[in-house]
Amino acid sequence: MAVETRAEGHAIELRPVIANEATSVPAPEAVFRLEQLSCWYGPFRAVKDIDLAVGAKRITAIIGPSGTGKSTLLRALNRMNDLIEGAHVTGQVTYHGVELYAPEVDPVEVRRRIGMVFQKPNPFPKTIYENVAFGPRVAGVRGKDKLDEIVESSLRRAAIWDEVKDKLGSLGTALSGGQQQRLCIARAIAVEPDVILMDEPCSALDPVATLRIEELMWELKQNYTIIIVTHNMQQAARASDETVFLTMDEDRAGYLVEKGPTAQLFTNPQNRLTEDYVSGRFG
Amino acid sequence: MIGAGNAPGPMDLRGSVARRRREAIIRGLFMAAAGTSILISLLIIASLVGEAWSFLSRVDLSTLVSDGWFPRRGRYDLATLISGTLVISAIGMVVAAPLGLAAAIYLSEYASPRRRRFFKPILETLAGVPSVVLGFYALAVLAPTIIQPLCGNNSLFSMGAAGLGVGILITPLVASVAEDAMHAVPLSLREASYGLGARQRSTSLRVVVPAAVSGIVAALILGLSRAIGETMIVAIVAGAVGGSQFTINPCYPGQTMTAAMTALATGSDQVRGDALAFPSLFFVGLVLFLVTLTLNVVSERFVRRYRRAI
Amino acid sequence: MAGQPATVRLSPAQEAVRRALEGNRFNVGQLWFQLLLLGSLLVVFVVLITLLLDVLQLGLPVLLERGVDFLTAGTSSNADIAGIGQGIFGSLLIIMFVAMLAFPIGIGAAIYLEEYAYDTRLTRFLNASVRNLAGVPAIVYGLLGLAVFVIFLGPLTGGRSVIAGGLTMGVLVLPIVVITTAESLRAVPQSIREAGYGVGATKWQVIRSHVLPYAAPGILTGSILTIARAIGETAPLILAGGVLGGFATRPGTGAVETLQGPYTALPLIIFNWSRQPSDTFREIAAAAIIALLVFILLLNATAIYLRNRFERRW
Repeated sequence: MAVETRAEGHAIELRPVIANEATSVPAPEAVFRLEQLSCWYGPFRAVKDIDLAVGAKRITAIIGPSGTGKSTLLRALNRMNDLIEGAHVTGQVTYHGVELYAPEVDPVEVRRRIGMVFQKPNPFPKTIYENVAFGPRVAGVRGKDKLDEIVESSLRRAAIWDEVKDKLGSLGTALSGGQQQRLCIARAIAVEPDVILMDEPCSALDPVATLRIEELMWELKQNYTIIIVTHNMQQAARASDETVFLTMDEDRAGYLVEKGPTAQLFTNPQNRLTEDYVSGRFG
Repeated sequence: MIGAGNAPGPMDLRGSVARRRREAIIRGLFMAAAGTSILISLLIIASLVGEAWSFLSRVDLSTLVSDGWFPRRGRYDLATLISGTLVISAIGMVVAAPLGLAAAIYLSEYASPRRRRFFKPILETLAGVPSVVLGFYALAVLAPTIIQPLCGNNSLFSMGAAGLGVGILITPLVASVAEDAMHAVPLSLREASYGLGARQRSTSLRVVVPAAVSGIVAALILGLSRAIGETMIVAIVAGAVGGSQFTINPCYPGQTMTAAMTALATGSDQVRGDALAFPSLFFVGLVLFLVTLTLNVVSERFVRRYRRAI
Repeated sequence: MAGQPATVRLSPAQEAVRRALEGNRFNVGQLWFQLLLLGSLLVVFVVLITLLLDVLQLGLPVLLERGVDFLTAGTSSNADIAGIGQGIFGSLLIIMFVAMLAFPIGIGAAIYLEEYAYDTRLTRFLNASVRNLAGVPAIVYGLLGLAVFVIFLGPLTGGRSVIAGGLTMGVLVLPIVVITTAESLRAVPQSIREAGYGVGATKWQVIRSHVLPYAAPGILTGSILTIARAIGETAPLILAGGVLGGFATRPGTGAVETLQGPYTALPLIIFNWSRQPSDTFREIAAAAIIALLVFILLLNATAIYLRNRFERRW
């Protein structure tokens, strides 16, 4: 059941019913709470004063023009920005009530609970089996049987098991782009995270592979909280429950313009900038 | 166990102390390994300066300007060594600069991929020949066929032969650094030149070489530094085993700083003779170290300049 | 297109254009310059050829005549029976010391500088130290070896022994190992590290499981080339005592005594024999050079083979 928007010529097809029922997040269910979060690279502020609550077991999309700090914001949630010299945050991120950037918190533990799928598929130059088994291994899982089980279930849940079950010993890098990305999703799932962050996971893939991943996301939503950064508005509209719109300030810092249930944000945006963006007038 | 789809309590994100300690220990080990480089630098300086000072403080300064370097007889004319080093290095640079730069220009601007595949390994093979072998070559081939005819069939041992050998030794080094610099010149500059109708010779000489000049200077300075520090070729073919008079005639034998040090050590199983012969070894070594260090640091400045300009 | 004439008559104006465009393609000045440049490479080529020919001409007869005996015989003042056996033994021992000392420390230092260190003044100073050490002349390392390993640590090393010589060479080669290893580590794509961190691996787990395996071929190749360089170095060994004579060969000499006693190495033998005036010594020097060059050639070939083999993997 397609729904036309007010935008000129841009018909945006929305998932029927389910998306329309998304409501804003009641307080106890929030997985993440961001309070005045700013992300800095040295003296440069990439993301400014974000206030946001992310709900559990749903797909939240972060959209906006390029350069607005969407990836930076995403990477702040699993402390991947720690890897970049000079990167730091101000403000607060709480994850299930725990302050993520508290000094006692170990980023390694954070990343076992909050997994990530990257823009360009980056399977390890190892076998498919090794790719998926690496995460559980470093988390302390021993024993071939247990690992075999985890590998199979992860590859199944990533909807790629049938395609690779006979070649688990072949190189992960030999798969096609779409398959590599699903392998990366399996890899992320293997450590049984709570949240999966996806940084433009389909931008390097063809439309058919993209659609498969979107379908996969919809299935994964039942077990994981998913936050996806995407350049592709139609994808956000198709595939997410909540949408967050960022844009750039004069000082090149990204800030949150509007957030809300996807259907509502796309059909009835509250903010003029949001409306301009989703109707394709800029960005 | 892993992950945990459920909400973690405040304890859970702290991670295991044992793991963090292990990571810190591993980091410390690697840091110690890196620290050895500083340790070695300090050791070099300490060992050199200690004995060099022992020499300087005890030596009769008049012997420093005496005629010739004859350490076992107590004559420590540094000028002999320095002039020997300079003559041999100069001859070496006269050989290596044109050869190396020409090779670099050819490989960078003219050579087709197939020719590159043939000629670059030739340079790399020469770079892999140990200096002792080149010393033999200088004695067996270069001295009789080139130097002796030119110098009127003097002795087989001469600074000229050593200079030629050193020149051949450093040519690959000069060529490779210079070629790197030229290669780094952006294609757009060359295209601009060709677009104006210039040909390869003009483009290479008037556009690429000037653009790569910092790198080329770096190559030459590095070559010079290497030439000054070279020991074996000189020790084999420049003559002057026990000591040498002051001379700048390349047809005669001569002594460099480097070879003087080996002579002191090989004269017999121990360094004997005048009591200061041993510390003089370190004094010369200190001078050599300071000279090459300065040249290398200067060369690095030039390298940074061309790297930044890209 | 059938039916068109093979040559077309051009108008005078067109003819002028054709001549202008084609006229100067063969330019003597350009050709002369290119040949001049090529000449430099040919000079290098000629040098290599004459070197090889001379060495082969002098040394090959010796090898053919004396065969394995030349490779195993000890040093002697009689050129007809002198061999390079002790030299090969010494060189192998020195390589062993280099591998034990320079590789672990050098690779460890490189891992620290590339993977762990933050960009601080200290780090930049460490990097600069390594680069400067790489440019220090070999003979200065000889002085270091003499002062530290021969004299200061004399009781431990036995003075002018192969231990001292090996340690000296290890120190000389260390900066090169650091630099080549660092280059191999830098070549590892950052995306692999990120993927590792992303599933919750620690820094050491990422390095051990992903960075090092990826960089291993490059590190291995660099190490082999370093050894090829080390076996040709002579100057430091002269100062660290290994000039005349050879290893202690009295029966009943234990391993430790051998290591702590006098020694020699292949390039040192070449050095000694080169300086003897007699023709026979020059011939065996050439034969020894052949042995050394063959060894170096084998090492280089191995390195190139390994590099090509691993480059095909991904």
